[in-house]
Amino acid sequence: MSHVLTPSQTIGPFYFGTLVNGYRADLAPAGVAGERIELVLSLFDTEGVLVPDGLFEIWQANSHGRYNHPDDRRNLPLDAGFEGFGRASTDMKGEAHFTTVRPGRVPWPAGGEQAAHVNINVFARGVLNRLATRLYFDGDPALAEDPVLKLVDAKRRPTLIAKRDAGGVWRLPIHIGGGRETVFFDV
Amino acid sequence: MEKDTYRRPAAGQHPANLSPAYKSTPTRSPKQPAIVLPQSLSEITGPSLATERLNALESDLTKQRMGEPLGERIVVHGRVLDEDGKPVPKAMLEIWQCNAAGRYHHPGDQHDAPLDPNFTGGGRARADEEGKYEFITIKPGAYPWKNHHNAWRPAHIHFSLFGPAFATRLITQMYFPDDPLLGYDPIYQSVPEAARKRLQARFDIETTRPEWALAYKFDIVLRGRNATPME
Repeated sequence: MSHVLTPSQTIGPFYFGTLVNGYRADLAPAGVAGERIELVLSLFDTEGVLVPDGLFEIWQANSHGRYNHPDDRRNLPLDAGFEGFGRASTDMKGEAHFTTVRPGRVPWPAGGEQAAHVNINVFARGVLNRLATRLYFDGDPALAEDPVLKLVDAKRRPTLIAKRDAGGVWRLPIHIGGGRETVFFDV
Repeated sequence: MEKDTYRRPAAGQHPANLSPAYKSTPTRSPKQPAIVLPQSLSEITGPSLATERLNALESDLTKQRMGEPLGERIVVHGRVLDEDGKPVPKAMLEIWQCNAAGRYHHPGDQHDAPLDPNFTGGGRARADEEGKYEFITIKPGAYPWKNHHNAWRPAHIHFSLFGPAFATRLITQMYFPDDPLLGYDPIYQSVPEAARKRLQARFDIETTRPEWALAYKFDIVLRGRNATPME
């Protein structure tokens, strides 16, 4: 190692113009294959107070389970027009809304496949290092065999599993701390 | 697969999430340790933002409006590298900052300092094949914040980079060399002492443009790949 990492700092409260303007929270324009889904992520602090100045990023495979990246060398279809990246800030209700497609499954290095999931970054004023977590889908039979969920204490697994509301929207509250603290990952 | 994974940061390279002198952190930091995730395709891939079309005005923050912004014009440049010193080609850099008076073009900033109609303070650039990038901007001012009595943020520019993968995502802040406010700033001081200086740009007389602008060099180092097939 000849160079030392640049340390992380908080995003602060004033990122909006550069990081959000021009980025759509709609990842899947017409023509992209797969089941259209709506995701609503909400952000709470350690006292359960909503965070209205946070930023979520999501990164996911397409509906075929292929990441749009040169290191995913598998022979699976790439969707033109689907990069798999989304970014949205939280609103006054602490919520960020995304429209995307349900991702396909991707392999696990030790063999087998992971359950369908969306990778999430959380940023906010007061958050000095990005917080990485995942979103899984309630009712997915593959959850039981997912190698990442197996690393997590069973009591805390529900913090990673989005539930579908009566309107069909997938919702996942993310708690930075407190009694329902979300599981964060060192990626 | 293993050769594609990224090295984990060593202790002391990043701030602790809970840095109590920075008073927003106690209610915004997890208590439980992060679970170490073996890197799969989900972590070693990430957005290139290749479809984002940049125009030249995005990296020159002094030319985005009708007139020239007030303040000291500066060149901020450097390279995006990994821990092996290899360039991170085509990396997208996004920056934001306050104006020369210390005020952000943002409705949430109510500091009693003038807005500059010719300065929004946002910019983007894509590094070249050698990881080199350059912005033209205005030196940001210091500004007060409510963290503690008589708290002032040192002049800084926010930087956001993805690098090659989800694992290499970084948001940071660039500071100016030897700013006396650094010694009083709990955000800068949240970084362990041995690593702090990496957030200070270096004054760069070679790149300074005579009769036009001073220059600062800020190299950014992202996580490197594992050299051996180990994780």
